[in-house]
Amino acid sequence: MFHVKHGPKELSERVMTLSWDVIIIGGGHAGCEAAAASARLGSKTLLLTHKIETIGEMSCNPAIGGLGKGHLVREVDALGGLMGLVADDSGIQFRLLNRSKGPAVQGPRTQSDRFLYRQSMQSRLNTVDNLEIMAGAAEDLVVEGGQVVGVVTEAGQILSAPRVVLTTGTFLKGMIHIGETRIPAGRADEKPSIGLSDRLYDSGLLMGRLKTGTPARLRKSSIDWDALDMQAADDEPVPFSFMNTEITVPQIACGITHTNAETHGVIQDNITLSAINNGSISGRGPRYCPSIEDKVVRFADRGRHQIFLEPEGLPDNPDGDIVYPNGISSSLPDDVQDKFLRTIRGLEEVVVERFGYAIEYDYVDPRELKSTLEVKKLNGLYLAGQINGTTGYEEAAAQGLIAGANAALAAQSRGPLILDRSQAYIGVMIDDLISKGVTEPYRMFTSRAEYRLALRADNADTRLTPIGENLGLISESRKEAFHVKHEAFSYAKDLAGSLKASPNTLKSKGLTVNQDGVTRSALDLLAYPDISVEALKPVWSELGVLSSQQSDYLKTYATYAGYLERQEKDIESFRRDAGLRIPADIDFAKIGGLSNEVRQKLNEGRPETLGQAQRLEGVTPGALMAVLAYLKKHYRAA
Amino acid sequence: MTRLNNNSTVSTKNDEAKAKTPTLKGAEDTIFSLSSAPGQAGVSVYRISGPASAETIRQLSQKKCPKARFAALRRLYNVDSKPIDEALVLWFPGPASFTGEDSAEFHTHGSPAVTQALSHTLLSLGLLQAEPGEFTRRAVQNGKLDLTEAEGLADLIDAQTEGQRVQALRQMGGGLKELYENWRETILDALAQIEGEIDFPDEADIPDNLSHGAYTPLTEVMQDMQKARGDMGRGAAIRSGLDIAIIGAPNVGKSTLINALTRREIAITSPEAGTTRDIVEAQMVISGLPVTLSDTAGLRVTENKIEAEGVRRAKKRAQDSEITIYVIRSGVSDYDGEIAKSLSVHDIIYVNAENADFELDKETVTAVIIDDLLSGEGEKRLYEQLEKTISENFSVGQDVGLTRERHADCVRRAESAIERARSHLAFSPELAGDDLRTALRAIAELAGEADIEAVFDRIFSRFCVGK
Repeated sequence: MFHVKHGPKELSERVMTLSWDVIIIGGGHAGCEAAAASARLGSKTLLLTHKIETIGEMSCNPAIGGLGKGHLVREVDALGGLMGLVADDSGIQFRLLNRSKGPAVQGPRTQSDRFLYRQSMQSRLNTVDNLEIMAGAAEDLVVEGGQVVGVVTEAGQILSAPRVVLTTGTFLKGMIHIGETRIPAGRADEKPSIGLSDRLYDSGLLMGRLKTGTPARLRKSSIDWDALDMQAADDEPVPFSFMNTEITVPQIACGITHTNAETHGVIQDNITLSAINNGSISGRGPRYCPSIEDKVVRFADRGRHQIFLEPEGLPDNPDGDIVYPNGISSSLPDDVQDKFLRTIRGLEEVVVERFGYAIEYDYVDPRELKSTLEVKKLNGLYLAGQINGTTGYEEAAAQGLIAGANAALAAQSRGPLILDRSQAYIGVMIDDLISKGVTEPYRMFTSRAEYRLALRADNADTRLTPIGENLGLISESRKEAFHVKHEAFSYAKDLAGSLKASPNTLKSKGLTVNQDGVTRSALDLLAYPDISVEALKPVWSELGVLSSQQSDYLKTYATYAGYLERQEKDIESFRRDAGLRIPADIDFAKIGGLSNEVRQKLNEGRPETLGQAQRLEGVTPGALMAVLAYLKKHYRAA
Repeated sequence: MTRLNNNSTVSTKNDEAKAKTPTLKGAEDTIFSLSSAPGQAGVSVYRISGPASAETIRQLSQKKCPKARFAALRRLYNVDSKPIDEALVLWFPGPASFTGEDSAEFHTHGSPAVTQALSHTLLSLGLLQAEPGEFTRRAVQNGKLDLTEAEGLADLIDAQTEGQRVQALRQMGGGLKELYENWRETILDALAQIEGEIDFPDEADIPDNLSHGAYTPLTEVMQDMQKARGDMGRGAAIRSGLDIAIIGAPNVGKSTLINALTRREIAITSPEAGTTRDIVEAQMVISGLPVTLSDTAGLRVTENKIEAEGVRRAKKRAQDSEITIYVIRSGVSDYDGEIAKSLSVHDIIYVNAENADFELDKETVTAVIIDDLLSGEGEKRLYEQLEKTISENFSVGQDVGLTRERHADCVRRAESAIERARSHLAFSPELAGDDLRTALRAIAELAGEADIEAVFDRIFSRFCVGK
């Protein structure tokens, strides 16, 4: 690999030419991964963003990971992305969620120091080869013959590139609501880009409207911490990145408190003042993240609601005195927010740094996108992140990586990077988005993945790093680390499979199993819930050489082996039928036995695979069979 | 009259007819068939389904379509505008039709010549002769029927007896669907509890053992499924009929009995032992169910290879039959306690003896009938007992049940997946979730929603054309 090596220059100095292979607009979580992925693939890449200082900003909850989301971060990391590394650099409260449950549903999560997160993201981007970063607002796209060929800046400069990735979050008709006050905006303190949005509306893309909210930010020093329950970080933090073995950032604890009858009374008395409840917001909000007003109204029988008080930074860092109260986002007027906050235990004397608000915004119906995240109606334009109707940094980052990589691959006239539902949570998410669209801000959950036992956070590298390696997304050091680990695991598996003993022998060593005369291997025995590698060491001293990583791997492997075998069969049949590609030029009108309604759905959805057709609303199983039969008859080669 | 537009798509089926004649738009997706029995009849019914249905009516009648779902008398013409026949014409615009597509019916006079002329004209217009079951297949593809309902329809068409008709009609009306939809609901509820616990670990409103609440409903579904499978014998017997085997030692009067029951000389009778060497079958209807009566070779140890094979077959037939009638005459030399013990709950011991004062091992059987007068009274009582046994145990019950091995197989897989899920609830909810997804897939397969092509091929090849 030959790269032009840039020195460690200041970000602002890195603008050199006016022509690139790929331009990324927006420096949020999607934009950062898109820019880094495109540049990693060797494409000359420009990241254009309002303010260089806010690259990598955590604009809402300063936390990374969780169930499903943590899986996404691991996958981004396995493909050489930045989010896992940055989270490890900045994480101040690591917790492995569902630790008592199986490894397939354990989700790594951490709160991050917002300052450290920005700092790490910016300095990592700074060292990415082939990447230039420019401060500026995109005013419009340059489109020639239905193909995007560049970007016009607010200053009137034309930046040309055959591929453009748009990761501009909530900028489409963004409207902030606080009580009855409305402020047009993208994110607090940032103005929305009107010019660019007109271009998308004019392209005839289907749009929808969503809402989301954020709670007030509190002064840490004004909270009575002694009155609160505390939740500590894990004793042994589990890093996100496969490149890290330990976390060196100091860990902090969170406070836990609750709303009470008095709080609910204040909210009820003022409910008509809430932007969310007085009808001034039409967009749909996420059911899994309701505002406190919604909670009080919809779950009136609950006497209290839980609040996590999450410090936004280590004590000595810039955000060290700010606390994010997780669970009480609100769009009530400032004075009402202040009043209800003060009814809460520990917050009696609270000083509010900034009040909460709701934000409403338009999103592009993701059914307008191909599985590369390129807009079907506008060649060369890719969309990633909140603009596609998703929520969350992790969902944004994962889309950013896919969009950036595909933009670069297309610019190099190479085949696309498409992950399917059996390969990655990323594949599940993108397939859900482009085939089903969204009705509320889309968030990843493990239950969305039908092959959940195979798509674990612990094996994201095994699943994806080889794919990234083939494309050129993976650095030399990561490749090496991966192969070392892979060999260590293969060794452990072979060893545990080769150590065998009869029930009698096992009994003589103090391990009681069914006395059926069947010889069992160490691997077989590990499938029993109550047998650990440690428990087998008295039987086979050879197991003593295994590291704790190898032991964990063996236990996970053995636990799921039986299920994975069956899932493997499902995956095979999924690939066979659902993976069947539907030619772009197919005429659904020619397929017999389809109702007009189904035909219309197929024509609107233009599914790329049979699996996507299946997930379109209103497409009956029978109709699907008609499509399958037609494909088999007319496209036998496919 | 003018010919309609020139769609040049050529169907492989109708190359000959299409070589000269321009076809109707959409004809390549439009099927037709004679739906009534072929041959001379008062009326013959033609059915058409597909996008060219309306155009076909216009073309044949040289008039506009009649009002939807109203009968109209029309003269039909061939492509050279020569009259074919007068017919009742019906127009069923989709999706409110049997197939969900635009459809039409022509009720012509039932003459082979008319049938031939009409078929020829339809082929000339580019329509396709329907394949067996194709109308129903289209109905399923368009979501008008689910697979179990389509199976019910197939059974209704095949129904020979009252019991079969009632059962098929219920299944066609969605009875089985209702049953599995209830199961699906419960499993989905349980899955929601499991997934809630997994995906929302830090929520105060979701307890950490939320999934444990799924145990009882899952147990109930399992019991329900077990019961449905247990009752399946009833449904299957109604569908495919009952087997009744008559067994016993040589020369106890088995053949005489089958002849008396069927009132025909089905089997050769003679005083000589070993007259019947292979199985002799007779069909009849008892209590509304089709029954196959089998007369079998007398059970004895024999050197004769042919007769020994007959004895082996007799025992096998008894095993495979829903009801076995064990015939005894003397009670000493021809009574085998082992065989008596192997009889089960629906079986009958028939004693064909003048002096029936011997001990019988009769605990398991449903009845012992003694015809000690040899008057024919015993045969009548046997017939009445068979009627009673069949109507009580094998006739259409209150519940719609499973009627095919395919149904039982799907339910069995769902059941064992649920059983695994129950055992995983406490410690591995993610495995329980996976198990419940397996159960849901098995139910989807029952409904014909998964792996459907293979199932379709099997199901629809059984359909009569055009029904």
